[in-house]
Amino acid sequence: MTDVSVFGNVAKDIQTKSILEPDARTRRRNAAEARFRLWGAIAVALGVLALVGLLASIFSNGLSSFRQTYVTLDVFLDPAKLDKDGSRDPASIAKVSTFGYTPLIEKALAEAMAAKGISVDGMNAKAASELISKEAPASLRNHVIANPSEIGETVSFDLLASGRIDGYYKGRVTMESAALDRNTSPEQLQLAERLKEAGILTTRFNWDFFTAPDASDTRPEASGLGVAILGSAYMMLIVLVLSLPLGVAASIYLEEFAPQNRFTDLIEVNIANLAAVPSIVFGILGLAVFINFAGLPQSAPIVGGLVLTLMTLPTIIIATRAALKAVPPSIRDAALGVGASKMQSIFHHVLPLAMPGILTGTIIGLAQALGETAPLLLIGMVAFVREYPAGPPDGFFDPASALPVQVYNWTQRGDPAFVERASGAIIVLLVFLILMNLIAIILRRRFERRW
Amino acid sequence: MKKYLGSCAVAAIVLATAGVVQARDQIQIAGSSTVLPYASIVAEAFGENFEFPTPVVESGGSGAGRKKLCEGVGENTVDIANSSSRIKQSDIDTCAANGVKEIQEVRIGYDGIVFASEINGPEYAFTPADWHNALAAKVLKDGQLVDNPYKAWNEIRADLPAQPILAFIPGTKHGTREVFDEKVLIAGCEENGTAEAIKAAGGEEKECMTLRTDGVSVDIDGDYTETLARVDANKNGIGVFGLSFYQNNTDKLRVGTMGGVVPSVETIASGEYPVSRPLYFYVKNAHLDVIPGLQEYVEFFVSDEMAGPNGPLAAYGLVSDPELAKTQAAVKARTPMGALN
Repeated sequence: MTDVSVFGNVAKDIQTKSILEPDARTRRRNAAEARFRLWGAIAVALGVLALVGLLASIFSNGLSSFRQTYVTLDVFLDPAKLDKDGSRDPASIAKVSTFGYTPLIEKALAEAMAAKGISVDGMNAKAASELISKEAPASLRNHVIANPSEIGETVSFDLLASGRIDGYYKGRVTMESAALDRNTSPEQLQLAERLKEAGILTTRFNWDFFTAPDASDTRPEASGLGVAILGSAYMMLIVLVLSLPLGVAASIYLEEFAPQNRFTDLIEVNIANLAAVPSIVFGILGLAVFINFAGLPQSAPIVGGLVLTLMTLPTIIIATRAALKAVPPSIRDAALGVGASKMQSIFHHVLPLAMPGILTGTIIGLAQALGETAPLLLIGMVAFVREYPAGPPDGFFDPASALPVQVYNWTQRGDPAFVERASGAIIVLLVFLILMNLIAIILRRRFERRW
Repeated sequence: MKKYLGSCAVAAIVLATAGVVQARDQIQIAGSSTVLPYASIVAEAFGENFEFPTPVVESGGSGAGRKKLCEGVGENTVDIANSSSRIKQSDIDTCAANGVKEIQEVRIGYDGIVFASEINGPEYAFTPADWHNALAAKVLKDGQLVDNPYKAWNEIRADLPAQPILAFIPGTKHGTREVFDEKVLIAGCEENGTAEAIKAAGGEEKECMTLRTDGVSVDIDGDYTETLARVDANKNGIGVFGLSFYQNNTDKLRVGTMGGVVPSVETIASGEYPVSRPLYFYVKNAHLDVIPGLQEYVEFFVSDEMAGPNGPLAAYGLVSDPELAKTQAAVKARTPMGALN
């Protein structure tokens, strides 16, 4: 009875007012909606703000890692120092260590400065040579061993400038900070300026950042992502080759063939659970099973790939099953109706229609695996690796690093130049992730069918 | 589609079995993150100058490294464990139980621990006693053991700056913390008489290491880069750093003296600067003739051109060992270490 009276009141309200004039109740509802919209907008704005802040800090720190300062010098490859017995025999040339190449560079720099009439007060040849990276003797030595016939000639080399000089041209090092810094001095920066005017010192795009291996703490300028990119690529290849067929086969069986009983229910719950298990758990499993039990090598992409496969499988199975479910039963019925076997109906009709969804799920799973660090920590991939792994399949067993691991590694280094490198590596990783997600979106847009 | 799936699976199985028979040709090293920069400098130079591939250097902590070393003998175990503290008898026992009978102990040099604040802040001249007074839970004041009352450095000693006390010290999982406890807190505790007072009250010396919990002493479980970021954000904070880290960041940090001595490679080598510790690595002797280049790497690490006073390690902040020649001879002779007493 009370209901009736309430309705009666409302009816009376409406009758007494114009329909164009909102009553108190409508105003309240409109205000609630406006508030909700405002909260929504604030939430989105906060999210965007956080993203912009993050990207701004990464890009402002990291973009400079794509440029690098080089010193171009004509180095005389002195036979008296590099090939004492004059045999040009690679074995005897290799006996001269990188320490033997340092004086050649020192001399070449002094000659170049003299030729251009550059001198800075209070600076000896040794302090001047600190402008050049400690990597330079090694690159010189590699060149000489590869080309022993050039001994005795004067060869032009683009040598890396040291991290502090490079930092000066990226705004990280200033004259004031150099005065306090024990690794450089304002005089060195002045000398660098003079060399730049003379055209000996140049800053240009840093291809080596993508190809060079990691470098030790004393030469941040030489460090690159080569081994990490290769290691990540190998792992993604392994993950793709193992988890796509396994995941698709498992989901087809579960979705189309398996009987509905307690056992399959249990499997289903476990798959959903595994997708939410913290990735470090897979690392512990990988250490116990693949390294300690199966005897696979440490720090190798094969182990990383296997661990990440385990991690990615649930994601792929869930995505594949959703894609298979989305194919309407009429397709299956029609195929069965014209005499196809169950397997034929699935492989000829259902699977091709579900493929865009499966591939999208796979790519998103791969992208997740690409950014994963925690499990790699336990299987020895968080390491200083300088050798490139061999080509596949042998290279799967060689030590390698991975992109997110390289970021983690570089943030721990003492030299401030590694901050830039770490941010640069994050940018590279982000670009890879964006590319993969773009492919997933394009696949979905172009091939997905809705019924 | 089916054929493709099948060939993928076959390829995967072939790949998985091929690895087991493959021999390892590069050296594997694990352990202390303090030793890591030195080990990677040596590994890099080793890879450049020798025919052997560059060793792989993992970090993960001294304890974890020694544990990996002691897992057993074989190609999928590490060859060398870096350690910023001495191996423990329990580690040696584990090693022996797992068949790792002979281990070489190689001391590579000394590492200094420095106290540094923001570059534009005031100068600090500390003594260990100041640090104990600043951070301990109970201190001696006017002959009484009281809960730490100090809020600013100049309350402890009038000639220290009038700055609030705030210290970023390494967390308990770090090897550096052990040195800090032993060489600073306990030494300071004895210096300012708190140790005696504690003993007189029936307590034990380890109570010297109990720190106050009112937020003045902050444990940093990350690495020195985190400590640096915290000092950067809190201008009156003082951080505990490794000497090499400080030397790479002299434009951001101002180092405090300890007992009137400025920390440097020289003052630590001479023993004037009190807060330092030896760094080690441990080699599995059974691997010396199996892993190519291992013996050469070990000898190269302690050679004068690397670990000597003019070598790249000293330039990076390692305090060269005055008894390096002895270590070089021991390494040549592959002398295994005995039991610890």
